[in-house]
Amino acid sequence: MSSDPAALAGHLDHPPRMGFFTDTSICIGCKACEVACKEWNAVPEDGLSLSGMSYDNTVGLGASTWRHVAFVEQPAGPSDGVRWLMASDVCKHCTESACLDVCPTGALFRTEFGTVVVQDDVCNGCGYCIPACPFGVIARREEDGQAHKCTLCYDRLGAGQEPACAKACPTKSIQFGPLDELRERARLRVQDLHAAGQDDARLYLDDPDDGIGGAGAFFLLLDEPEVYGLPPDPVVTTRDLPEMWRHVAIAAAGLAATAVALGLGRRRR
Amino acid sequence: MSGVNVPVRRGGNGHRRRRGGEQPMVPDAEFTSYYGRPVIKEPVWRVPDVPGYFFLGGLAGASSVLAAGAHLSGYRKLARVAKVGALGAISLSTVALVHDLGRPARFANMLRVFKPSSPMSVGSWLLAGYGPLAGAAAVSEVTGMLPKAGLAATLGAGLLGPGVATYTAALICDTAVPAWHEGFREMPYVFAGSAASAAGGLGLLATHPDDAEPARNLAVLGAAVELIAKRQLLVRLGEAAEPYEAGTTGAVLRVAELLTAGALAGAVLGRHSRAVSALSGASLVAASALTRFGIFEAGMASARDPKYTIVPQRRRMAR
Repeated sequence: MSSDPAALAGHLDHPPRMGFFTDTSICIGCKACEVACKEWNAVPEDGLSLSGMSYDNTVGLGASTWRHVAFVEQPAGPSDGVRWLMASDVCKHCTESACLDVCPTGALFRTEFGTVVVQDDVCNGCGYCIPACPFGVIARREEDGQAHKCTLCYDRLGAGQEPACAKACPTKSIQFGPLDELRERARLRVQDLHAAGQDDARLYLDDPDDGIGGAGAFFLLLDEPEVYGLPPDPVVTTRDLPEMWRHVAIAAAGLAATAVALGLGRRRR
Repeated sequence: MSGVNVPVRRGGNGHRRRRGGEQPMVPDAEFTSYYGRPVIKEPVWRVPDVPGYFFLGGLAGASSVLAAGAHLSGYRKLARVAKVGALGAISLSTVALVHDLGRPARFANMLRVFKPSSPMSVGSWLLAGYGPLAGAAAVSEVTGMLPKAGLAATLGAGLLGPGVATYTAALICDTAVPAWHEGFREMPYVFAGSAASAAGGLGLLATHPDDAEPARNLAVLGAAVELIAKRQLLVRLGEAAEPYEAGTTGAVLRVAELLTAGALAGAVLGRHSRAVSALSGASLVAASALTRFGIFEAGMASARDPKYTIVPQRRRMAR
């Protein structure tokens, strides 16, 4: 049942798990997703500088950037000039979500749609979720000292609407829907691309057996994940937590045993 | 081709890079990144708040261990030093932790839920139980009031103290930060050893050597465990050990190791000299603080460089 995180979180009789399939092969780099996200979610401006990184002046996901379009220019063959990769990145809404696991206040929670959302009225800005995320998605906003990230437009989902970025995407590079359907659609899309000779098309984070139990937001990429700034084989850190606690328990027991040993030795004079 | 503006900075996109400069322990691997940008976000935890807390929390927790032992075996002067030290350290810790929050006024939300999946949640509850016990133990010791309750508090703090001193290892290892996470099998022993040597050091510093035998034993044991566990940690980490050895952080950790080793010898050989014992104790306290700051900074550096995230994952995939 690891593919049903909403049920594991206690949502009985919940709607199907919803997610994003971002097909980067048809992304045109228009950044409509970035703008629509900022507009709908009232995310504040967070820098208007030029990065020198192709057309990417957004640079990366952060507390006030919940969609980020990456631009990669690769030298192609001598006659082809350049291959331009564009990809809209977003929170992965992991099945096994490290940010949610480590949040000490319960501010991060699993919605009935299987997505992961921060409650702004609970977060106390401890910052633990930030280094826990294997993708560097969630971050703390200077202005309010709290953690923020994509909510998969929780408010719009509740009203039967699709998220703002998917709504605004002019090429359907960002597709929203029930995760099962999206995964099926993505498999067919890869088959089509391979048949058309686009051999480097591959799915990323679609596999429920991967290190995060599969993502709610997965991708079709045309190169290795790290080319787009994504980790090639992310594993949720809490998978190792039981063993961490075991070692902590042994170390703590050793310290406690030392106290007993020190107490046993009666003072000689 | 003027439009082909391939970034040439370190680790530029689509390009393989090979590192020069410092001599690495492990042969450098080629890897690709997005304009050399980090894959994960480095922690927003601040210096000195958080590494200072790791040090002070360890000092407090292990001091309570020492206090309980010293109290039971009749080393009352040492027990008093350890109890007061524990209260002082845990009080400062709490201030540092609240100060580090993005919303300090909401610190009480830490006790809103109990989550074993979050070392910070477990630690918050540990501190909520331990703090008052350490306080009661110290107040009873200093004022002489309610000695039986004081003993109970001393034993209670001695029981929870080891948890306070070691859970912080799980806290930093339960992240995607390579130089911390990959060391999760050794970090709790490094932290326990460092805490014990700091608490023992404080006892040696503030007590006459004749009254400090339990402190000396704790310090020697802790320092030895810390030195060994830290070596094991670096072996385990492979290339992620580089941030522990490079630059200022490497220098800080080397100084900490020398101080610890020197103090270990001083505590044993100079056991009859007040001056040598006190100097050894002070060195152990300082070394413990430096160790925590060094470990903290090594983690930050490993988060900033995409190499430490990407190369081990690639290697794992190749297996």
